[in-house]
Amino acid sequence: MPANTENTTKMAPGRAAAVEALRDVARVPGSPKPDPILVADQVSRQFGGLKAVDVTHVEIQRGAITALIGPNGAGKTTLFNLLTGFDNPDTGEWTFNKTPVAGKAPYRLARMGMVRTFQLTKALSRMTVMDNMLLGASGQSGERVFKALLPFTWKAQERANTERAMELLGRFNLDAKIDDFAGSLSGGQRKLLEMARALMVGPEIVMLDEPMAGVNPALTQSLLGHIKNIREEGTTVLFVEHDMDMVHDISDWVIVMAQGQIIAEGPPDAVMKDPQVIEAYLGSRHGSALTADGASLTADSQGGTT
Amino acid sequence: MDIGQVFTLTITQAFGVTALIYLFAAIGLNIQFGYTGLLNFGQVAFVAAGAYAVGVIVLTFDLSLWLSIVVALITSTLLALLLGIPTLRLRADYLAIVTIAASELLRLLVRSIAFKDVFGGAQGLNGKLGQEFHDLNPLPVDFTLPLLSWSRQDLWVVIVGWCLALLFTLFVWGLVRSPWGRVVKGIREDEDAVVSLGKNVFVYKLQALIIGGGIAAFGGILWAVAKQSVQPDTFQPDFTFFVFTILLLGGAARVFGPIVGTVIFWFLLAGFGEVLSSLINNGYIAFLTPTDVGSIRFMLMGLGLMLLMIFRPQGIFGDRRELALDAR
Amino acid sequence: MLRRVRLALGVLLLATLAFLVSGGLSPAHAAQTSITGTLTTPAGVAVSGVVVTATGPDGVSASGTSDEKGVFVVPLTAGGTYTVEIDVSTLPEGITLNNEADASRSLLVLGGEKRIIIGLSEGGESGIVADDSGTAERVIQLFLDGVLYGLVIALGAVGLNLVFGTTGLTNFSHGELLTLGAFTALAFNTAGLNIVIAAPIAIVFSAFVFGWGQNRILWRPLRRRKTGLIAAMIVSIGLAIFLRYALVLFFGGAPQSYKQFAGQSGIALGPFNTTPKALILGALAVLALAATVIWLQRSRIGKATRAVSDNPALASATGIDVERVISVVWIIGAGLAAFAGIYLGLTQNTVWNMGQRILLVLFAAVILGGLGTIYGAIVGAMVVGIFIQMTTLFIPTEMKTVGALFLMILILLVRPQGLLGRKERVG
Repeated sequence: MPANTENTTKMAPGRAAAVEALRDVARVPGSPKPDPILVADQVSRQFGGLKAVDVTHVEIQRGAITALIGPNGAGKTTLFNLLTGFDNPDTGEWTFNKTPVAGKAPYRLARMGMVRTFQLTKALSRMTVMDNMLLGASGQSGERVFKALLPFTWKAQERANTERAMELLGRFNLDAKIDDFAGSLSGGQRKLLEMARALMVGPEIVMLDEPMAGVNPALTQSLLGHIKNIREEGTTVLFVEHDMDMVHDISDWVIVMAQGQIIAEGPPDAVMKDPQVIEAYLGSRHGSALTADGASLTADSQGGTT
Repeated sequence: MDIGQVFTLTITQAFGVTALIYLFAAIGLNIQFGYTGLLNFGQVAFVAAGAYAVGVIVLTFDLSLWLSIVVALITSTLLALLLGIPTLRLRADYLAIVTIAASELLRLLVRSIAFKDVFGGAQGLNGKLGQEFHDLNPLPVDFTLPLLSWSRQDLWVVIVGWCLALLFTLFVWGLVRSPWGRVVKGIREDEDAVVSLGKNVFVYKLQALIIGGGIAAFGGILWAVAKQSVQPDTFQPDFTFFVFTILLLGGAARVFGPIVGTVIFWFLLAGFGEVLSSLINNGYIAFLTPTDVGSIRFMLMGLGLMLLMIFRPQGIFGDRRELALDAR
Repeated sequence: MLRRVRLALGVLLLATLAFLVSGGLSPAHAAQTSITGTLTTPAGVAVSGVVVTATGPDGVSASGTSDEKGVFVVPLTAGGTYTVEIDVSTLPEGITLNNEADASRSLLVLGGEKRIIIGLSEGGESGIVADDSGTAERVIQLFLDGVLYGLVIALGAVGLNLVFGTTGLTNFSHGELLTLGAFTALAFNTAGLNIVIAAPIAIVFSAFVFGWGQNRILWRPLRRRKTGLIAAMIVSIGLAIFLRYALVLFFGGAPQSYKQFAGQSGIALGPFNTTPKALILGALAVLALAATVIWLQRSRIGKATRAVSDNPALASATGIDVERVISVVWIIGAGLAAFAGIYLGLTQNTVWNMGQRILLVLFAAVILGGLGTIYGAIVGAMVVGIFIQMTTLFIPTEMKTVGALFLMILILLVRPQGLLGRKERVG
């Protein structure tokens, strides 16, 4: 595709590498990637009579920004919940860094380096921005109940974590807010905080559930910039979005879901011209709108309550 | 009426043995509910576990009081595991219903005729439960305080009780300002967010339940030692709800909340009771009799709990912004 | 600010509803605090020489022995919660307690003369089947007892579950709706109305005053304020405590019976011993529950109720007036609860904590059937009722509630969504 090969030299190095790696990947649903970090097979989940997710095969390329798009109710969030262990599939196997992880508790997946955010931002409102960040740091000895009462066993680690948190908050322009309650931040700032907090864990892949939802347009650009930076630092990004235009600028690869299934894959430009994709989007505004919305409702409430 | 006497009695109550029992339960509940957000409606079961451990070890098995303290802590830990493992993965209201049910279930078991040999049935266990403790009393035999009406024995319990209470408060202070405290506060705010950051939320909840239960068990130990009696029907569910009232009064998730709440609660309750009694006895309120005072006190407790929860869920001294108790 | 004041006033107003109902029925107070009662056989012969012991909160105990008239007096020094025990070994040969649980009971004594009722039977003549009767007959007896008990539980549980389903409130003061119903009937009954007339009036009164009124004065403003569900749950606990002791204040702490049908003699239907009143009440309960089910299935507002239980946001979006549904649910729930309370009042007696004592059983039924599922409450109630009665085949009667609570915890372990619940509701 000309759009991809055009000027790889002018691109940021992370982006260039991702584009390069994905150049020869087949533009078909479930196509194999050269260096997949996440591989899923036969993942399905049913709510009542409705199959919310039914994915035969999918691979996510390491070091790239992959967008998971689709109309409302396509099962994107449900797939997210399944892959991150927040919901249990009816069937399915998937591996993370070649380790089978189906059925693992969500906190274990997070520790392994697969960290997610939520569609409805989960900033811990009655805690300060700094406490939110420090909660993200992994392997803290002060989190063990017996060591908690002996501050000298964890003070040094706490200082190091605080420094790292400051550095991250600086990048996300939140460093002036460290002592504010997270609940007092604006919607966009909460999204930024949640993203920064996820990075505190030190993930290999961050999975962002609609990072742009509810963010005012002025902030959207800077949010997109932050997501790109995450990739440039070598972290894989997978994000869910229902607005096609939003993904065009930042994603290296796009996976399209509709009615629980993956219907197309490819670089942004190619995917957007795909008649099947256009039909899925248009179709969702017409005939199948009702059932698809129903699925979305169930899926979303799942995400909210599990 | 004798204002001096009313005041003396009120102060004696506000800092007395009964207040201390509630205080221990409240410190424990503060960890569970205030910081971790666990809706433990069965706190009375942990108090009962402590009291019965003393009763059974000392009276039924004729062993040392000091051993019974160890047994009390083991029992309360087992109870926390028993209650927590099935329910801590479920929604908050399930935990509430299961814990209150379990506390009733245990009360019915210990008061049953079937286990009368061990737990003493409905009469409970009465006898020299705290002898070993009272033998250590360093106060002179004819010691009395100028104003307060504590006996020598009660005063000894009160002194040790308050020292322990301060120690536990210090313990809670240390815990909640550590990274451990940060995790449990995060769980209170949003469990899923904490899970997504790689913390094993279930284990933290269980730890909070165990620690809070252990501190509450000390309330039971104090009860047995001070009152030399353990009776099943004193461990009714309402006990737990009064502890909730105390905690909300002083402010949940505040280190000194339980102490402030306990003293105010008993001061108001005892003061109100004494004032009302003396007004009635002196014929100022004709339509009430002294026996009505008990009911009116309980009515006020209920009303107080409602109004606190509606208008000042952060406690009377709390900061609304920080502590407004929300839930889903 | 105005809303705040209104809410506070509402709370107070609701709290004083008990005043309005009772209208100064304060019991007479005797100077001497004591527990007293009369022991007679079903034939009316006084039973003497029986020792009754009361143990107080501080471990002090006192006792009394019944005299030649069967009267016993246990003198006390102060009010408090006492454990009253009957020394079964002092009962004459052939005389047993009607109810094993009577051997030891907990009693709140606030002062004055506290009367207690101890039912005795002679040679297995009373409604309780003696152990020597055939096991098969005992099974049938207990099963049918369980069905009747299950109906009472169902009446109480339906309202609890409907309110939970539509508003998300786990209402710990639902037990007091039973108690208030029973005491409203008692108040009308004491005022001179026959209980047959007093009961329906009390049910309608409860439905609108304690149901609709409670929702209007307390819960609706709280929903408007967006009070959290956990906060609301704690508010309901405060309300329950308040109402219980308001009842003690106005009606006294002793159990009371309605003037009619108090001591109805039993009848035998084949192997099943019961009383006519229990059968009639059971039949009425079936009718009431059937009417509720049909209403939920057929009527517009019933369908709307199910829709709201399913998904309040969606229901509201489709034009259902959610608040109206909630009002109706409170009316029906409180009415059924009042019926359950009167049922208990007629078959046992009315006492200030009767609702509190049955509340956990109601929760057990609701959890068994599935919290928030409408028919689950009825199914769960029947299972729990039968279970509670049948377990007395294996465990002592005094522990039958233990079995039900244990069953509830077990269900939560295995199938937390309940028998009829959907899995999605739990997590």
